[in-house]
Amino acid sequence: MSTYQWPYPNELNTIEHVSCDVLVLGGGLSGCFAAIAARKQGLDVAIVEKGAIEKSGSAGTGFDHWESACTNPCSKVTPEEIAYAYIDEQSHFSNGIFHYITCREGYDRLLDIERMGGKIRDTEDDFQGARFRDEDTKLMFAYDYQNRFTLRVWGTTFKPALYRELKRLGVKIYEHVEATALLKENKHGAGAIGMQIHTGKLYVFQAKATVLAMSRPARVWLFNADQPGLCEFRPFQSIGSGHAMGWRSGLELTMMEKSVRAEFSAAGRSFPPYGTGNNHNTWYAATMVDARGVEIPYVDRDGNELTDYYARYYPSQGQKFFLKGGVIDEPKYAYRGPETLPFDELIKRGYQLPFYADLSRMPELERKVIWGMMVGQEAKTNIPIYHYYQTRGFDPTQHRLQSYGNGWQSASFLDQERQFFGAPGGLMHDWDLKTNIDGIYACGDALFGSDCAGSACATGHYAGRKAASYAKTVLMPGLSSEAIDKEKQRLYAPLEHENGLNWKELNMAISKAMQNYCGASKCDALLLEGKRLLKEYEKIIVPQLSCVNPHELMRTHEVLDILTVSQLVIEACLARRTSVKALNFERTDVHSDAPQQHIVISQQDGMIHTREVDLDYYGDLKENYEKHNADDRGESNGI
Amino acid sequence: MEFKVKPIPSSSQPITYEADLCIGCNRCVQVCQCDVLFPGEKTPIVMYPGECYYCGACVMVCPVKGAIKLTHPLMNQARFIPIDDDHQS
Repeated sequence: MSTYQWPYPNELNTIEHVSCDVLVLGGGLSGCFAAIAARKQGLDVAIVEKGAIEKSGSAGTGFDHWESACTNPCSKVTPEEIAYAYIDEQSHFSNGIFHYITCREGYDRLLDIERMGGKIRDTEDDFQGARFRDEDTKLMFAYDYQNRFTLRVWGTTFKPALYRELKRLGVKIYEHVEATALLKENKHGAGAIGMQIHTGKLYVFQAKATVLAMSRPARVWLFNADQPGLCEFRPFQSIGSGHAMGWRSGLELTMMEKSVRAEFSAAGRSFPPYGTGNNHNTWYAATMVDARGVEIPYVDRDGNELTDYYARYYPSQGQKFFLKGGVIDEPKYAYRGPETLPFDELIKRGYQLPFYADLSRMPELERKVIWGMMVGQEAKTNIPIYHYYQTRGFDPTQHRLQSYGNGWQSASFLDQERQFFGAPGGLMHDWDLKTNIDGIYACGDALFGSDCAGSACATGHYAGRKAASYAKTVLMPGLSSEAIDKEKQRLYAPLEHENGLNWKELNMAISKAMQNYCGASKCDALLLEGKRLLKEYEKIIVPQLSCVNPHELMRTHEVLDILTVSQLVIEACLARRTSVKALNFERTDVHSDAPQQHIVISQQDGMIHTREVDLDYYGDLKENYEKHNADDRGESNGI
Repeated sequence: MEFKVKPIPSSSQPITYEADLCIGCNRCVQVCQCDVLFPGEKTPIVMYPGECYYCGACVMVCPVKGAIKLTHPLMNQARFIPIDDDHQS
């Protein structure tokens, strides 16, 4: 294999200083909205993104559902109804503030995106007459056709539109720059440090307020050295650096002890996302058949077979609405919608594997909205599924697409193969989406209990305007050269060794350690052994890491963050003393029925601090939202 | 220090270029959020194929239809079968 000349300039040891009022770390949907909202207040704003904003983040190449758009003109539910339903569904281990902001302001963000050039309605009348379409507004709905609070949207148009808007507004854009550390001055947020991933140049961002808009962690339990890009569901490079740098800086996190049995890894058991026959999420409510071509029945929440095709889109008798979507897995009876018969029941009744999605049996517009609109707009489906499958000859009127496993994840994982799915842990915050450190805010996947694209946009905008309001009240903080030098040393260290260990070897070791010591069943002895092992990795292995260029240096930094997150997860597990079903947290050594609270965890100079916080600490949602947003309720007003 | 780079092989080849169609504009290189692609002499170089997460951004921004092809690993090619009318009971 030939060695190439490095195609970018070598800017090692160059430091560029940037100062701004509001600094946004992460250029996904959430970060873009944070930057736009802050800039709209007339402030100097900078945004930092490891990839290219036009296509970066979990929704970089699209998404198809916008959940909880309770204020859209066709909605028959209130923000309070849906936000409290989510809280109840998640047994109060749920982020009420996050859900309420989504329900209350989400639709305004859609209107913003439309003004920027994104497509949110069927303006070409491709679906005229469909039951899921409102003829006046041309909005299109998914799941619950009665209550109309989940929208089908053309998500491939969103990131390019947001990128254009950032440029139009004059936000300072730093792409291909990884944010690596937060800066603090006198216990206040003071900005961050970043590294250009092609040149090795360091950036010191000095800011009055900082918004963390980075992803949830990944590659903690799942890793594949041959195809690392496929080992998780979200983008390969989104590994929770915000969580890691927050932990290192003393930010509080909660619910980090929550992990679920893995649901998705196309490097292992899964297939390309949304690329197999199923009837979940993007593919709801596809008609499913068994190996003989016998149709699999849909049933209501009481198990009654639905004979009318359209009944699969309506609540049961006596039920006002049902929930479906990204974090809804096996909903409680109150929120359970129509579903195909449970897998075990199907096998018992003699249905034969393999199962298939057979869209040919669906009404034409229902088929076309799945294959052609939803598949095609959802993340990672436009090219890899919609176009690629057609190249392979797939025609939904002529073919059945196979289903694997027994659900949308198209696979069955082992218990110790775990993942941050279904509203995982993240940063603790108040009604301003402010963390425990003044001047540092968070949004989207950085927050605990996060959810879908609509939430990312809604909380991003909200955090951006709160950060901007704060920035207007403070002077530019000073910077400690000691902290900058220390980070520089940490970042460049792997370039200074030759023939050391590769980042993949450490990632493999961490994921195996986490499977062994922090799998499904936990107990102190096991967790403490895991903690010791990770500490050994930190002390003995990390100094041996080496790499030869800035790209591989970035990958090495990511694994250092994965190690930090893994240590944080173990600390959070040690701090939770009893099993909690809602957190998928199972302890074998301590059992108690005592009422559970949030365990909020942070570290300072290696010392772990925990405190308990009431699960419903946010209080009455409507009342507190209005109290904290008396001047600005985030209405879409002509971005 | 002088940076070095060489392609890191993977068992799959996610991205291939049609050399006759590629105009070498490097839009794909710039937009790839996993930094898999590097500018090359004629077509970009797939330097880190294992790091591809198959989002398709490179194909979406490519100005020439057919210049880039994204292919799933063989093990991930989901099966589909013709509908057999006899079975539609």
